[in-house]
Amino acid sequence: MPSPADRLYTKEHEWVQMEDTVGTVGITDYAQDQLGDIVYVKLPPVGQQVRQMEPFGEIESVKAVADLYAPVSGEVVEVNGELEERPELVNQDPYGRGWMIRIRLADRAELANLLTAQQYDDYIAQGADA
Amino acid sequence: MENSPPHPYLPNTPEDVKAMLATIGVEDVEELFADIPPHLRVDSLGLPPPLSEQELVRELTSLATQNLAPGPNTPCFLGGGAYRHYIPSTVRAVISRPEFYTAYTPYQAEISQGTLQTMFEFQTLVCELLGMEVANAGMYDGASALAEGCLMASLVTGRRHIALVDTIHPHYVDVVRTYAMGRGLQVEILPPQQIWELDESYACLAVQSPNFFGYLEDMEAMAQAAHRVGALLVTSTDPISLGLFRPPGEYDADVATAEGQSLGWPLSFGGPYLGLFASRREFLRQMPGRIVGRTTDRYGRTGYVLTLQTREQHIRRERATSNICTSQQLVALAATVYLTTLGPHGLRRIAQMCYHKAHYLAQRLASLPGYRLPLRGVFFKEFVVECPRPPQEVNAILLERGIVGGLDVSSRVERGLLLCVTEVTTREEMDLLVGALASLSPR
Amino acid sequence: MRFAIGRPDPKEAQTGERLSMDMSRPGRRALDLPPLDVPEAPPPPSHLLRTSLRLPELSQNEVVRYFLSLSRLNYSVDSGFYPLGSCTMKYNPKVNEEVASLPGFAHVHPLQQRHTIQGALYLMFHLQELLCRITGMDSSSLAPAAGAQGELAGMLMIKAFLRDHGQSQRNVVLVPDSAHGTNPASAAMAGFQVVTIPSNAQGNVDLEALRETLGPQVAAVMLTIPSTLGLFEPNIQQIAQMVHEAGALLYGDGANQNAFLGRARFGDMGFDVVHLNLHKTFAAPHGGGGPGAGPVCCKSHLAPYLPTPVVEQTDEGFRLTSPPRSIGRLLAFWGHFTVLVRAYAYIRALGEEGLKAVSTHAVVNANYVRTRLKGAYHLPYDRPCLHEVVFSTVRQKAKGVKALDIAKRLIDYGFHPPTMYFPLTVPEALMIEPTETESKENLDAFCEAMLAIAREAEECPEVVREAPHTTPLARLDEATAARRPILHWQGG
Repeated sequence: MPSPADRLYTKEHEWVQMEDTVGTVGITDYAQDQLGDIVYVKLPPVGQQVRQMEPFGEIESVKAVADLYAPVSGEVVEVNGELEERPELVNQDPYGRGWMIRIRLADRAELANLLTAQQYDDYIAQGADA
Repeated sequence: MENSPPHPYLPNTPEDVKAMLATIGVEDVEELFADIPPHLRVDSLGLPPPLSEQELVRELTSLATQNLAPGPNTPCFLGGGAYRHYIPSTVRAVISRPEFYTAYTPYQAEISQGTLQTMFEFQTLVCELLGMEVANAGMYDGASALAEGCLMASLVTGRRHIALVDTIHPHYVDVVRTYAMGRGLQVEILPPQQIWELDESYACLAVQSPNFFGYLEDMEAMAQAAHRVGALLVTSTDPISLGLFRPPGEYDADVATAEGQSLGWPLSFGGPYLGLFASRREFLRQMPGRIVGRTTDRYGRTGYVLTLQTREQHIRRERATSNICTSQQLVALAATVYLTTLGPHGLRRIAQMCYHKAHYLAQRLASLPGYRLPLRGVFFKEFVVECPRPPQEVNAILLERGIVGGLDVSSRVERGLLLCVTEVTTREEMDLLVGALASLSPR
Repeated sequence: MRFAIGRPDPKEAQTGERLSMDMSRPGRRALDLPPLDVPEAPPPPSHLLRTSLRLPELSQNEVVRYFLSLSRLNYSVDSGFYPLGSCTMKYNPKVNEEVASLPGFAHVHPLQQRHTIQGALYLMFHLQELLCRITGMDSSSLAPAAGAQGELAGMLMIKAFLRDHGQSQRNVVLVPDSAHGTNPASAAMAGFQVVTIPSNAQGNVDLEALRETLGPQVAAVMLTIPSTLGLFEPNIQQIAQMVHEAGALLYGDGANQNAFLGRARFGDMGFDVVHLNLHKTFAAPHGGGGPGAGPVCCKSHLAPYLPTPVVEQTDEGFRLTSPPRSIGRLLAFWGHFTVLVRAYAYIRALGEEGLKAVSTHAVVNANYVRTRLKGAYHLPYDRPCLHEVVFSTVRQKAKGVKALDIAKRLIDYGFHPPTMYFPLTVPEALMIEPTETESKENLDAFCEAMLAIAREAEECPEVVREAPHTTPLARLDEATAARRPILHWQGG
């Protein structure tokens, strides 16, 4: 299934969906499938500054742990608190209720560093490094 | 016999080996070792020849009898972190089951429910005993559990100074130093009067109560002093004392540890022992060691699994909360059976017996000329007595009379002898000790 | 073979439901204590006293039955074949249990006066010596509680050695990608930064990658030999030379010592320090997850840094002592003494020839399994192995059957599964270590089961995917356990 075209992607399998100056961030369907049952998502507090392609949190499945990378730099303005109780939402709805944080974008130019849905799908088709 | 295997522990006969080599497709065993360069191979290690079982038992029994084992004919007043308590017969009956002691870590849950359920029982008992919210399945010993507690405090707070109250067992202090050296943490040792001098660079205040000398610390003050500067209170305690005294959870400890050897495990010349480790629930993901959780199978039946494993070394590798990969399981099982056997009334009774007997001995010694109790406060089953002669001499004289004396703590308390009394110490034994010590009184 | 999959009767006894707290009845007791034989002392101040204590109250029969019923839910070495790779689940001789519980060992206090513990110290001193001879090292300490603590000790020794030689800037430790997770975790606990080095196509250390990574920041290289693929590193001496020329030290993980016991020595290969797992190679039981013991053995230049204590021989007998530049204590006392007794008994029972026969039989057994199964399972490194063999179930995965499924299906055939998904460098890995104490008949039965499962994976993969079918519980929901942790009894 192709990735949604309404957002941009990183090679570390995060997506960001822009709305004005705020980007909503999550992980891709491919990533959740590779990780398996998600059991815990560690997210930063609201107000924290994050930098593009630096870790902003961690995601754990039963037997794996991975860093979450910020697709863009900026301030965390909202965190999906629902994941605390129901981390399985990342498996069930990675592009919707499984979202993780919202970032107020610091520099719009950074978006040029990200992949389009088509580019991302080509990238995983070539055997991305999960 | 020509076709006999080389040892009773090895089943395959020379004929078996020959047939297996034929299947493998090599002529000689040595071909399988071809990757080891010839010049690295050794002909002889210079080890002694094999012993039959009978010879082995004879040799080891002979070595064992060269040690003096405290028992009914050899009263013993040594404590100092290793304690003689009565071990109920149920403990031995359970831990000698090979289904428990010859199993590996329960990674395959479907065929390890025995171990997993006892681990869950253990975690429950540790939480109840220490009055804490979560516990792991066990650590190496009380000292390393305290050290891991300090490291965890550093992880939780992001601070790099560790304060230890100077009445902690000196060997425990050494172990904390060793662990702290690895992580590059600064260790500060301070007397109880100086706990109010901590500042916000400290990750924790670590305290032992009853302390090395057997006395209870003012734990409310310790908790306040730590929490005032945002540091954690990390405690070490004697689990038997918790049959009588308030548990760490009630004086607001953040991390509570203990030495579990007293719970049904023999002295064993110092090891293996057992570390109990518990904390507040909010620190669960920073906790070291194994943890078992309750869950269900696909038919909804209750079962137990190792859980929160992403904290551990086999998944998180260099970012793991600790490198530990044991839960000291057999010793933890002994503690589980011990506490289940004693129940609340049994444990309370044992704690009371320790308390009353230790006070009986202390009172009798304090009344002897030349002896006094130099420390003030409430003690549990150990106390320090100041002797008229150097404790080393006192112990030597006691041993001549068949008594294993106390621990010489004269480097900390002048002519101090640390004595320990538990429920297994009889009045007769204490009177014998009092008699022997009375003969050393100044005339 | 076809296997009927039925839904279990929900009324079946559920051991897991009833914990000791659920069985508890106020007033029951499993032990009586003697009367107090001294007058009561004044009680402690009431604000120090405990007001409530919740522990189970059971009769003695109930305690024993409960735990024995639990013991029956366990698989163990004494119940059957346990080919768990890298864990060396060999037979644990019964006589070792007997001697370890002799009162002169089991009931001795660690702080007794020196001349009352000479038998214990004799045993420790001679075990130190025996382990040095076996590893070709100069000195050893029996203090570490387990393999992981031995690794930590070894890393701290290296750290202290480098500090004393003005080399504190060396803060990087290189670990191959096939290493046990404890290696990087222990190096990190000792304060080092961990850098992973890749294996080459033969499963050995990539010498070029190693050469490029070695430099003035590197403190040590941690190596498991034979590797976790069960393969001996033929370039080991060259590696040691490269490491030493770069000013770093070579650490050996002795987890796989069973592979070349009595045939080769770490010391001759160029290792500076190594730890052994007495609960693996030297047959101390695993206890369901400890206690083990992980002594460290080292060359003379590291001896001053060994953990406290070591046992030395003097004119007045044996004594415990602290090496001059010791990294310090790892435990309150002297190490896992009664585990040491078992290891000593094991070495003495086997003797020189017996120990060499151990590695012979362990390696023949592993190669026998390798040969019998390589037609049915993919063998990523198709060459003679030492004590263990690593298969990959990629062929079966094409049918939707994973390594985990095959492992679980083995349970139905009466065997403990091999180690799964390790080493990480092999996809869908199954790591089989038969050990020397299994007979050819047992290996044949195991191989027949593995071959039958390979056929099932072709013909009826769902039977494999849903295994085990014969255990009291089916596969457990680990995800829910981790998402909403229930970590102690919650009733009442």
